[in-house]
Amino acid sequence: MAVLVYTENWDGKFKKSTFELASYATRLAEKIPDQVVALSIGHVEEEELKKLGRYGIGKVISVEDDRFKTLDNQVYTRIIAEVAENLTASVVVLAHNNSGKALAPRLSVRMKAGLVSGTTGLPESFEPFIVIKKTFTGKALAKVVIHTAKKILTLAQNSYQVVEQVVPVEIRKFVPVSAGDVKTVVKEVFKQTGKVILTDADIVVSGGRGMKSPENWGPIEELAKILGAATACSRPVSDEGWRPHEEHTGQTGKVIAPVLYFAFGISGAIQHVAGISSSKFIVAVNTDKDAPIFEVADYGIVGDAQKVLPALIEAIKEAKSI
Amino acid sequence: MKILVCLGNVPDTTTKIKFSGEGTKLDKTGVQWIINPWDELALTRAIELKESGQVPVEVISVLTVGGTDAEPTIRKALAIGADSGYRVDADPADSYQVAFQISEIARQEQFDLILCGIESSDYNGAATGSMLAEILDYPSLSAVSGIHPVNGHLEYTRDIDGGRETVTLDLPAVLIVQKGIAKEPRIPAMRGIMMARQKPLTVKEPGPSAGYTEMISFELPAPKPSCRKIDPDNVRELVNLLQNEAKVL
Ligand SMILES: Cc1cc2nc3c(=O)[nH]c(=O)nc-3n(C[C@H](O)[C@H](O)[C@H](O)COP(=O)(O)OP(=O)(O)OC[C@H]3O[C@@H](n4cnc5c(N)ncnc54)[C@H](O)[C@@H]3O)c2cc1C
Ligand SMILES: Nc1ncnc2c1ncn2[C@@H]1O[C@H](COP(=O)(O)O)[C@@H](O)[C@H]1O
Repeated sequence: MAVLVYTENWDGKFKKSTFELASYATRLAEKIPDQVVALSIGHVEEEELKKLGRYGIGKVISVEDDRFKTLDNQVYTRIIAEVAENLTASVVVLAHNNSGKALAPRLSVRMKAGLVSGTTGLPESFEPFIVIKKTFTGKALAKVVIHTAKKILTLAQNSYQVVEQVVPVEIRKFVPVSAGDVKTVVKEVFKQTGKVILTDADIVVSGGRGMKSPENWGPIEELAKILGAATACSRPVSDEGWRPHEEHTGQTGKVIAPVLYFAFGISGAIQHVAGISSSKFIVAVNTDKDAPIFEVADYGIVGDAQKVLPALIEAIKEAKSI
Repeated sequence: MKILVCLGNVPDTTTKIKFSGEGTKLDKTGVQWIINPWDELALTRAIELKESGQVPVEVISVLTVGGTDAEPTIRKALAIGADSGYRVDADPADSYQVAFQISEIARQEQFDLILCGIESSDYNGAATGSMLAEILDYPSLSAVSGIHPVNGHLEYTRDIDGGRETVTLDLPAVLIVQKGIAKEPRIPAMRGIMMARQKPLTVKEPGPSAGYTEMISFELPAPKPSCRKIDPDNVRELVNLLQNEAKVL
């Protein structure tokens, strides 16, 4: 028996979110109790795989074959299911990110294992197996019971802290037999470079229609730069083409959960808030004291973003002595 | 090419959510039902493809698993421009049960391209499309933000964390689509509404399937403490609070 965690890599490297997921899986396994095993697909150096040991993972299965460079949902599902079966895993956990969302449901069908996607913490009970997730785009929490013997969970982003717990790591190379042919052909890849990726960011600086025009984004970018933050925007801003669509945050855009979210000139429409309500702290700057964004903000300034932004940049530079 | 668009029927996004039965189910009184936003965009894109003639699209079907109260959603989709509709007469239990019901019709009708949304805005399962693909043993692409006809075949844009890829895939396949797939959802025109009445809407009995999971209770999140206001002329105070109270800078 085991808890299996799929630890995705990006160009051979893990991210903070991988270690959060590893910490979560370790704690979950302790509670069941079961051993925890990580599965890595694609080429990852031993040194990088060993990092998982800092978060309590003593056993890593590495599938390195070059055939598996591209995410092919069918092939990856078969590999994860094969490993889960070999280990007689009772629970498989994945991140609730693009690839986790693509794989977990397929895995659920293949393993006849009930899935709860985007759970926000450890199960509330194990017999019956009950977990909590957000529903109605963050407007409510639901308790979900999984009826099947095997379970699949995806963990919502930024919902579990990294916990250090150093253990020795045993790495085992594995060659799956059931993977089948890769059918997904990637013709072109575009990767954002030199910018903090929105869904990874601890701090996000966001602007809405109250910023008035795309020329006014300079201070938002500067603030993001000095904070090591990502930039985001409301939907009308990306619809107007003021900002790229990757930045659109909200119910129909990206759903993010940073530690700190700045909203400049964003009214706080329910569809926008659906994408940011899991932020730990929200700071809002808006000229309208009755703007709904202040209902979800922790700190608020009723004022002109155009004036507040430069002052804020100065104050932060001063406080951080840059 | 035969395209199927799977439609979730969800409360309007501005609905104030309430629960009945001591927090065990959604209180449906006064709820306005809409087509799940991504599904509406998926349908829009399918119609654009058909109209463009760049790939041969013979028929666009839509399907909803739901009771009679879900029929207006199907009628709306027919009015927007779908050619035929299916309703599987079952209350949705979870994503698996819904995917299973869709798979039965997909097998009978042999669609080439099946479009699902990335998640439904009510229970946020984010699962039906990929489950359907696995049940049918079809390839799938997730987080698809573009479908492009190129020399008579299709290419897709899929978002990856921190970027995107242009991908091809053999049909039949399931695409799980998100923002970007179409710009604005189409709204039904008068002519479309008239024509929709003549279009076929087939009601199917559900196949044998139970869900794997069950939502047993709901709660509203704890209300946030009220917002602390800071004088616009004193942003230093804000920086101080972020550093020393919130400890996030
Ligand atoms: C189905 C559906 C899905 C949607 N999905 C999303 C989504 O995913 N994301 C999203 O963001 N929206 C979404 N929307 C749109 C949403 O309803 C709002 O229209 C949108 O969020 C408003 O964007 P905004 O706050 O930038 O603009 P506005 O609502 O126009 O607000 C601008 C704000 O700026 C303030 N302001 C003006 N001047 C200044 C100044 N000088 N300094 C400071 N503040 C100033 C104003 O007081 C106002 O509050 C969706 C809508 C629908 C119907
Ligand atoms: N009751 C339903 N009938 C038909 N399709 C559905 C239904 N519920 C969900 N879907 C499809 O599955 C997608 C994802 O739903 P979910 O897994 O519930 O988040 C939706 O965007 C729809 O395309």
